Amino acid sequence: MTRIFAYITHKGGAADDSAAQLVAAARKIDPTASPTAILTGWGSDLDAACDALRASYREIWKIAHEALAYSSAELVRQALVRVLPPGSILLVPHDHFGIDLSPGLSVKMKAAFVSDVLGIEGVEGACLKLVRQEFGGQVNTHVRCDISCGAVLNIRPGAFKPPESVPVGGLVVDKSSEAGALTARRRYLETVVAEAGDVDISKEPVLVSIGRGIQEKENVALAQELAEAMGAAVCCSRPVVDAKWMERPRQVGTSGRTVKPKVYLACGISGAFQHLAGIRGSPFLVAINKNPKAPIFQVADVGIVADLLEFLPQLTNKIHEMQCASGKKSA
Amino acid sequence: MEILVCVKRVPDTSENEIELNSAGSDVKRDGLVYSINEPDNYAVEEALQIAARSGGKTTVVTVGGDEDEEILRRAMAMGAHQAALIVDEAFGGSDGAGIATILKAFVQKGNYDLILTGVQAEDGGAQVGGMLAALLDYPFASLVNSIEIIDGGKLKISREIEGGHKEISEIDLPCVLSIQTGINEPRYVGMRGIRQVASIPIPTLGASELGLSAGTTGGAAAKVKRMDYFMPPLGKGAEMLQGSREEIIDKLIELLQANGGLR
Repeated sequence: MTRIFAYITHKGGAADDSAAQLVAAARKIDPTASPTAILTGWGSDLDAACDALRASYREIWKIAHEALAYSSAELVRQALVRVLPPGSILLVPHDHFGIDLSPGLSVKMKAAFVSDVLGIEGVEGACLKLVRQEFGGQVNTHVRCDISCGAVLNIRPGAFKPPESVPVGGLVVDKSSEAGALTARRRYLETVVAEAGDVDISKEPVLVSIGRGIQEKENVALAQELAEAMGAAVCCSRPVVDAKWMERPRQVGTSGRTVKPKVYLACGISGAFQHLAGIRGSPFLVAINKNPKAPIFQVADVGIVADLLEFLPQLTNKIHEMQCASGKKSA
Repeated sequence: MEILVCVKRVPDTSENEIELNSAGSDVKRDGLVYSINEPDNYAVEEALQIAARSGGKTTVVTVGGDEDEEILRRAMAMGAHQAALIVDEAFGGSDGAGIATILKAFVQKGNYDLILTGVQAEDGGAQVGGMLAALLDYPFASLVNSIEIIDGGKLKISREIEGGHKEISEIDLPCVLSIQTGINEPRYVGMRGIRQVASIPIPTLGASELGLSAGTTGGAAAKVKRMDYFMPPLGKGAEMLQGSREEIIDKLIELLQANGGLR
């Protein structure tokens, strides 16, 4: 069987959650597989991350290089091409780094590439049978991937449940000398932290969230009025920010903020995984969408098929009526 | 600066409910509304803005069928100087690496300083730009959300990383960048604009014009093949509120109150 590697991203000496998920993905390819972790970096952070992985990986390949202190995919790719044995399968988390690294790496390795894999259904001859999604998660596909020359597979974060961890007492192998000289034609300068915005949506217990279904900038007021009536804050999905209808700090998702409310009212949001990944803590999730097949209805607690532009003001009015009524009672 | 933008015509998922055909071999394509892939539209706009600042021309290219000419025409109405349509039966069944191989052959016929793609298309592949860069041995950056020309040979770019943070880098030209949505505000194209460019010829190129021999692209060369489409397995699913609008709203308010959603 082909040797399976898992590229581990790490920060401050700790391996990312994906490290355990990639073990699970490797076992779907080969139930007897003992994947090898491969890490790049520099200094004590790298050593600490390698050491932490000894609990879950039997072998850990360490590539230490001063130029890799910041993980720039352009440099990591050069190192991996030299260190990985020909024909290997490499698993990489499908995040901003995996998107940057993997397509080009597969070309340099002369290996197959499959992006955003969310299921692995086993090996058929020289091929792996994989599950992906298309059309923003509206449909799934089976994909056959020829692994006879190796493969780079970008694995969707959260798609594979980590196995029960059995401490394995792994061995760290220093492969730094094999990486050779690294030359950057893209040079990292700095990270600019996202602006905080006027409201910290990550701390709000009740959120009214709007997506593309709100249709026009003028309609954002409908959500704001509802939120005001509910005592909630307004947030949104990516297309609303791209269209400049709301500010970036209000965006929920992998490229925006992570929120952990008690109640989340998703209005005209289709339910792409990048958005859902930004909602933590299992809130009571209500979805309102005019498309009865919207993927959001699969994950919501309560669903309503309706036109937002009608429904939101009706809901707001009803809440106002109730508040007036109870106000009279208490008076 | 000479800029090439690689674009794709796709069913617009915000306008369509995607359903499967009875065999599960494809989605039902009849009646789907097609348009330029959304990130590609931002890439075209970005190219036009850079060309306006630096001088030079913008070329748009797509690999597909005759019906894909409409998005090239649209890009020309936006201001692209020229376009090319790459069509050949031999390209059918190409995987991402196959499309990148075709585009590499096209790139090598020109003299481009900068190549832009959209970050991903309807298949969520996010792959052709990175593969094209590797085939050309150019530097690459994905998820680019700002571009600044710092001198003739370099760009200062920003990548969108987790949490909305920005990773700032300097990159040498020529390079390939995949463009994230939201980088700019793509200009509007009306019917009048499209009519104005309707008579400009758009050249069509096939495998022989690109010097691509049989077996280097298309289904035979593809390591990755889509076998079928199927509906995602249903989760536990939402409790769908039924009844009159008034009943639905009353029930929703009750549920919101019970879960702390009204304060």
